Amino acid sequence: MNQDIAVSASRIVKTYGAGTSAVRALDDVSIDIEKGEFFTLLGPSGCGKTTLLRCIAGFETPTSGTILLSGRDITFTPPNERPINTVFQSYALFPHLTVAQNVGFGLQMLGRPKSEVAEAAARVLALVRLDGFANRLPQQLSGGQQQRVALARALAPQPEVLLLDEPLSALDLKLRKEMQSELKRLQTETGITFIFVTHDQEEALTMSNRIGVMSAGKLLQVGTPRDIYDRPVNRFVADFIGETNFVRATLAGDQATLGSGDTIVVDAKGASGSVTLAVRPEQIRIAPRDRPGAIHATVAESTYFGTDMHYQLALSDGTFLIARLQANAANVYGNGDEVGVLIDGTALQLLAE
Amino acid sequence: MRGSVHRRSSGANGWLLSLPALLLLLVAASGPLVIVAIYSFLEPGDYSGVRWIFSGDAWFRILFERDIFDQTVSLADANLSIFWRSVKLSLATTLVTFALGLPTAWFIATRPARSRAIWLFLITIPFWTNLLIRTFAIMEVIRNQGLLNTALIKIGLITDPIQILYTDTAVLIGMAYVYLPLMVLPLFAAIDRFDFNLIEAGYDLYASRMQILRRVILPIIRPGIVAGCILVFVPSLGAYVTPRVLGGGKNMMIGNFIELQFGQGQNWPLGAALSMVLLIVVLGALLIYTRVASKEDPHG
Repeated sequence: MNQDIAVSASRIVKTYGAGTSAVRALDDVSIDIEKGEFFTLLGPSGCGKTTLLRCIAGFETPTSGTILLSGRDITFTPPNERPINTVFQSYALFPHLTVAQNVGFGLQMLGRPKSEVAEAAARVLALVRLDGFANRLPQQLSGGQQQRVALARALAPQPEVLLLDEPLSALDLKLRKEMQSELKRLQTETGITFIFVTHDQEEALTMSNRIGVMSAGKLLQVGTPRDIYDRPVNRFVADFIGETNFVRATLAGDQATLGSGDTIVVDAKGASGSVTLAVRPEQIRIAPRDRPGAIHATVAESTYFGTDMHYQLALSDGTFLIARLQANAANVYGNGDEVGVLIDGTALQLLAE
Repeated sequence: MRGSVHRRSSGANGWLLSLPALLLLLVAASGPLVIVAIYSFLEPGDYSGVRWIFSGDAWFRILFERDIFDQTVSLADANLSIFWRSVKLSLATTLVTFALGLPTAWFIATRPARSRAIWLFLITIPFWTNLLIRTFAIMEVIRNQGLLNTALIKIGLITDPIQILYTDTAVLIGMAYVYLPLMVLPLFAAIDRFDFNLIEAGYDLYASRMQILRRVILPIIRPGIVAGCILVFVPSLGAYVTPRVLGGGKNMMIGNFIELQFGQGQNWPLGAALSMVLLIVVLGALLIYTRVASKEDPHG
């Protein structure tokens, strides 16, 4: 057993219902989450990420499979006997208790002496920068402050693992950005293993040490944000993480022929025949038409995004590519402009369908 | 402009427009109360009614009695035992309905929306039936040759019927049955608003099931608990039909005692004074309720 693994889920299956109407919320999911890492489960709603989190928390029992916490089997351990705490999506703060009482609840239930509970509550409230709010009731706080209380309450008992179920989804954009770096800071300071569930790919990319991408109850890919972004294993992952152009092409050695007849040199890694190429919009450059190696295209649409310009480029066979360029004077093209497109062949991903 | 004209006219004539309602309140609500209060300070008439002579005797006789021969004053034990039985049975009724009502309300509140309406309807059905008929139905169940005793004898738990009818237990059973909906409905309303995520939050934070009930659920649904307890305790205290039918003649409660004064007892002032005492106790209970309720939610 690896000493550095905090949570090890193996072959987790969770089905709801029975017979033909049974739904597989989790379909043979295995995952190892390392101690002290910020791990994100990413996927669209209904992909099973929350179910997996609830299995780890103990609110759900897997239909089959086992969950180990630091090597100990906790598959059937009730939530109140797992040194794991959860930050709920709805915060679920106790409305009848003050902020300090909320934060101290866990330690109080563990039977710690009053002085220790009060001390810990004050310390954790300071950690989430809520000192001075100890005697307020939750409904007297703003959404962002309630979020911090929920975080403090889950951190106070110093769990081995902290589970966060889309905790930022109710906050507005600015507050969300703030909390993202706040969460990252807390995770680094406390050294607690964070398992974070989100459907927001940007959140996942910026905060995580590693990401697990899920879809339809399956874990598709686990890796660092860079791994997942640069080397998605399939079309779903490439599409879900960031924007991607998918182009069908035929391989002959390292030469890929697009539908438009244009060719690009790629690293085929021995693959051949009909494939899908995934190209990130920022990996496409626009150049004059006569540049050697440029693919001919027409600007179909341009959209201004503040720092970026997005161009929709039509190739000669009518397929479209999205290009993202910095919005500076050198990169201004109008609709209908005839341009050349440069794609860095090494940046391309060959995807399995 | 139009708005301000409208407001001024309603301001000037507002009290006139509400005069009929005010009069009705005065006559229908306060009037009888004033009469009862006045009667409690008069002397009883020869056969019934009152004589218009001021007397504190009725109030005195609530708690004390004077020996007719040597005029010595002693506590009115008979009255006290009636008060005690009333309070005891009402508290017991409140407790029993709470113990039965909480799981019932919880069950209903956790059903899907469609079947919930059916369960609530079933709970309120007895309410649409005449109280007397319901009480006689209970009598039929608990009497010596009734359903309960017959069943217990059939399954061999007892050999001779248990005397339940005409005991305090019978009154308790009857009142608990009659007032159960009054406990279930406010509890249901409170549990319906309860955020069930809080149970998971408690469970996640190392609370046992018992601790979740005591530390999370009960404090949060407290307004519903208090409302239910008041709604059951208050009418229980003044109950008349149930103790009369199921308690027989001997096991009187305040309601029966008051009726006795206006009937056979022919002592209207004492009946009036007893009614006032009952009212004061009820108002006291309501006062506690508003205190607790306002403490619970200082912001709304």
